[in-house]
Amino acid sequence: MRHSIRFYLGSVRHEISGVSPTTTVLDWLRDACRRTGTKEGCNEGDCGACAVLVVRLEGEQLVWRAVNACIQFLWMLDGAQIFTVEDLRSPDGALHPVQQAMVDQHGSQCGFCTPGFVMSMVAYCKTPGASMAEGAINDALAGNLCRCTGYAPIVRAMKQVLATPETAQGIQAEQALAESIKTRLKTLQGDQTAEIAGAEGRITLPASADALAAAYLAAPDATLVAGATDVGLWVTKGLRALPHLIGIGQVPDLRRIEHTPEGLWLGAGVTWAEARPALAALLPDAGEVIRRIGSTQVRNAGTVCGNIGNGSPIGDGPPVLIAAGAVLRLRRGDTRRSLPLEEYFLAYGKQDRQPGEFIEAVVIPVPHPATVFRAYKVSKRFDQDISAVLGAFAFIPDGEGRITRARIAFGGMAATPKRARAAEAALEGQFWTEATLHAAQTALQAEFAPISDMRSSAWYRQTVAGNLLTRLFAETGPHSAGTETRLAGWKGEAYV
Amino acid sequence: MSDPARNPETQGAAGGASPSMRHESAPLHVSGSAVYIDDLPEPRGLLHVVPGLSTKAHARLVSVDLDAVRAVPGVVCVLTAADIPGENQVSPVGRQDEPLLAEGEVSFYGQPIFAVVAETRGIARRAARLARIIYEERPAVLTIAQAREAGSALVWRPLVMSRGDVEAGLAAAPRRLSGQVTVGGQEHFYLEGQAALAQPGEAGEMQLWSSTQHPTETQHMVAHCLAVPSSLVTVEVRRMGGAFGGKETQANTPACLAALAAHRIGRAAKIRLDRDDDMLMTGKRHDFVVEYDVGFDDEGRILAVDMVLAARCGWSADLSGPVVDRALFHADNAYFYPDVRLRGEPLKTNTQSNTAYRGFGGPQGIVAAERVIEEIAFATGLDPLDVRLRNVYGTGTRNVTPYHMTVEDSISADIMTQLALTCEYRKRRQALREANRSSPYIRRGIALTPVKFGISFTATHYNQAGALVHVYTDGSVQVNHGGTEMGQGLHTKMVQIVLREFGLREEKVRITATTTGKVPNTSATAASSGADLNGMAVLDAVHKIKARLVKFAAEQWNVSERSVQFLPEGVQVGGQCIAFQDLTKAAYYARVSLSANGFYKTPKISWNAETGRGRPFYYFAYGAACAEVAVDLLTGENRIERVDILHDAGLSLNPAIDIGQIEGGFVQGAGWLTMEELVWDEAGHLRTHAPSTYKIPACSDRPRIFNVALLEGAPNREATIFRSKAVGEPPFVHGVAVLHAISDALASLTAYQTCPRLDAPATPEQILRTAQRLRQQAAH
Repeated sequence: MRHSIRFYLGSVRHEISGVSPTTTVLDWLRDACRRTGTKEGCNEGDCGACAVLVVRLEGEQLVWRAVNACIQFLWMLDGAQIFTVEDLRSPDGALHPVQQAMVDQHGSQCGFCTPGFVMSMVAYCKTPGASMAEGAINDALAGNLCRCTGYAPIVRAMKQVLATPETAQGIQAEQALAESIKTRLKTLQGDQTAEIAGAEGRITLPASADALAAAYLAAPDATLVAGATDVGLWVTKGLRALPHLIGIGQVPDLRRIEHTPEGLWLGAGVTWAEARPALAALLPDAGEVIRRIGSTQVRNAGTVCGNIGNGSPIGDGPPVLIAAGAVLRLRRGDTRRSLPLEEYFLAYGKQDRQPGEFIEAVVIPVPHPATVFRAYKVSKRFDQDISAVLGAFAFIPDGEGRITRARIAFGGMAATPKRARAAEAALEGQFWTEATLHAAQTALQAEFAPISDMRSSAWYRQTVAGNLLTRLFAETGPHSAGTETRLAGWKGEAYV
Repeated sequence: MSDPARNPETQGAAGGASPSMRHESAPLHVSGSAVYIDDLPEPRGLLHVVPGLSTKAHARLVSVDLDAVRAVPGVVCVLTAADIPGENQVSPVGRQDEPLLAEGEVSFYGQPIFAVVAETRGIARRAARLARIIYEERPAVLTIAQAREAGSALVWRPLVMSRGDVEAGLAAAPRRLSGQVTVGGQEHFYLEGQAALAQPGEAGEMQLWSSTQHPTETQHMVAHCLAVPSSLVTVEVRRMGGAFGGKETQANTPACLAALAAHRIGRAAKIRLDRDDDMLMTGKRHDFVVEYDVGFDDEGRILAVDMVLAARCGWSADLSGPVVDRALFHADNAYFYPDVRLRGEPLKTNTQSNTAYRGFGGPQGIVAAERVIEEIAFATGLDPLDVRLRNVYGTGTRNVTPYHMTVEDSISADIMTQLALTCEYRKRRQALREANRSSPYIRRGIALTPVKFGISFTATHYNQAGALVHVYTDGSVQVNHGGTEMGQGLHTKMVQIVLREFGLREEKVRITATTTGKVPNTSATAASSGADLNGMAVLDAVHKIKARLVKFAAEQWNVSERSVQFLPEGVQVGGQCIAFQDLTKAAYYARVSLSANGFYKTPKISWNAETGRGRPFYYFAYGAACAEVAVDLLTGENRIERVDILHDAGLSLNPAIDIGQIEGGFVQGAGWLTMEELVWDEAGHLRTHAPSTYKIPACSDRPRIFNVALLEGAPNREATIFRSKAVGEPPFVHGVAVLHAISDALASLTAYQTCPRLDAPATPEQILRTAQRLRQQAAH
């Protein structure tokens, strides 16, 4: 068993034992390493000023991802290569092409958000198929806030980089770097469970799902952490001490994305970024919602099952997955069980999960070819905002056009993600007409009593929930052709 | 945006007085080596300060038990009001209404009561939550409506501006209407939160590094709190990570707390507010409710305007007086009001003490003015653009403002007309109206709005600046001035002035941190005045040195002074060209001083608040914006599809930087009027105290088509630095076009018969509510 974490920062290998479970990457970089180029803007993963690059070896492929260092725990870097803005200049001091483009295009004003933008831009350049489409660039930069520039010169800089062909010398240097990263990362590979204990608590990094099952059964009070996009805030804002963390983000058999007879299997360690292509292929509207969950950095760390596990009433994943008929796979020791996702959410803050039991995966059935599926996220800001209301709708028209197997789920409308069973019943067996729409809307109004908060009032939630049925009708009803029902997207929106 | 013709680099060469030099710190910004307060090397034994905040909006402090806080290992001390050797007071306007640490009572949720000083910031943060405070709650006044109902005090004398006889004008007008518009506040959301580092020196000296727009005021506040003369306190700031007015006075409290800790313990102390604490503690843009009564004729000409502008000022005066005054100064925007009365109502409330924010009340006044225009347009059936054009200030006649200043250079009509042509406003407006008829769910709207913004501090004495320029014997130059760099490119412009005057290359000129030790008694870098004031002071200093060098060179080489010229290739002295460094070295040996201070005060201006008369502004900056939006009638969601802006920066000092200010200002202004919403709960707790709940525009919120142009061939008529115009605040106002475009889209619900009276912020919820009201009106 290992008792330390190991990673590379730039070209330097770090092996740390006794690390605190809650020391963040950001604090470690700034306080211990004096790498002050990485900034703290909000300390909750919303502004991106702390974006850093994390590189991992997936098979023989290097995967480069930007993450928010403020809500990543240091131990989560175990096995990874990390780069900060200080690593970007070439040895002769020349600026990285992204840095140079930001200078050329006047992309910095106060400069405080700039290193974070630069890191997100570098990550985007490393993404296979990175395009010049403004929609894709928006998605890549949605997690970086700038208050000075209005973003236009930053997008111009991004385009400058993408439009400039790499030099042979540059390509050679990139390849050499990639090879040395691979070599480094291979030295960090191993199949041992790690247990790191220190004055402030301990961290268990199980090497397999079996090891996780045993460890969690033995310590059911431990906190499971996958991507820390929620748990991170317990620490940075809630100032909570977490004496025992079990990291599940890198457990190999929880990282499976597989098409099984039951459907698409997403293991507990699968991030939103990794899950999106497969989910979008099954259900295009689910892909559109996922594109707006958090930001690129958040989707690079946060997992689908973590979004379920924390039981939030305003997570965007659960209503979409409930409408899709997803099934949750739970495991406690060697005992496994399945339950329809909607049954997992018992009440606010209460889920159907036993001590020592964990989510192993969520399975999304392959939809019937005739399935109509729509998911609509409504928030104050289009990107990187928590939904006021999220409505997800699925049904299958029968041969005559009658609605069957209607599944409707809402987020933001109750204390848990919740199915709209009365509205479903109003649709079931009916032709998709205005009369059916009104019946479903009436049923919907009666079965939800949302709250008012800083995101929106109960009135707004209630009204919009009903209006989303109108949108569904406009898009899938008999008169749907040619009517504009949603605000048009940016050209080429697709990047994850 | 992909159009190279719109690239600032290429555009710059055409219109500007100077080239589009990149930001002087750009290479440092992009490589993470630009230093902000928290990035400074930490002195040995550095302590960390974290404030403990009130959790009641208005209460008597029955007891403040800090034993548990002190008991935490690593806590060095806990500061309360009793620990302040000097005045427990940080009112920037001498009102004595703003204690640094609460004493006896708290007046808003988030008010600092104590400050923990500990070995680490983490220890201090955790300890601060252990205080046991017993409150005796008192009725809290949170909103403008509550303040009026409760007869709440005013934090400042209410200004009245009047000209002509408004009652008679209204009574005589053929048509008349009245209404009310609400405008929300705004969090600055500078990316670098408030921060300060204090290091004690010998004999009571205190050195501060503070993220402040106003080092001199921070110096004074620290000196007062520590009961030492200002000469012992030095405040330095190299750059801020954004400010927008939020560090004009709001930097004082953190700086004083750090200084107090350093003074008390004798070790260096740093404070860096957590984002949530920052948003809970500091003041924001004032929200306003404006009641208007307007008389006009059938041609849409305004005859009389009566307005009351009420503002939520928060628990203390801070800068609310001049902010509300500036709302009045801009309640005409670009329009002539024949008979007019404007009244301010700066209301005290139990909320954060609202403060300076880009535009300083001006944008709120302009929103009111544009609502009046919109009302008249719907009442008369005219295109709002025509109502605007019929009411803009004239030249020669119809050119006196409500504060009796003559507008000497009204160019609003020209700018609006030019922009309407280039962006095809009228054709597009017609096409959108047609298309809306057959679109049940998505509606589009368009609006073209002007801005006329008064440039100068209305506190006349603030309109002065100093600079200090050193030339070294190797020919390198160091520039210092009283202005601060917060991203606006002020330092870059100052460097450009020196480069141009001395004929030097960029690497020869170094601009250093702003410090009260080099240039004293400075004004805040605010009111868009940074380049105007400090540029002239820098120029004055450079001219002094140049005069000495010219005199020396003329004597040394026996030529006339007129034949000495500073050129990029060197200093031309008669027939020969001498390297700048050779000239300066020779001058040094001849015992010529190579250092000079510069000074400037703005001419022509005066203002008498008692009479409501004067010329508070040296000049006006102009511009216009046209916005097109799409609105989803089912959810209220909206997108800005296209924006065209034509803006007057005089002869721009740096077109790229000025376009950056316009693009950034527009997006910030549009954010203010759409998605940015401050929400307090019934207990007065600000619930939107982090970016997870308070949404500023993100990358995809910028306009899809975004055309920004500088007005060409339009030198400032006044003798400003190289005939440029101030550009910090005016473009913020261009966001108003978005509010009106959304309103135009909603008006389609009543077949354009009813003024939608869309209030700001136009969040999706606000839009949906307005749509519902309009549908009900249309049904009746």
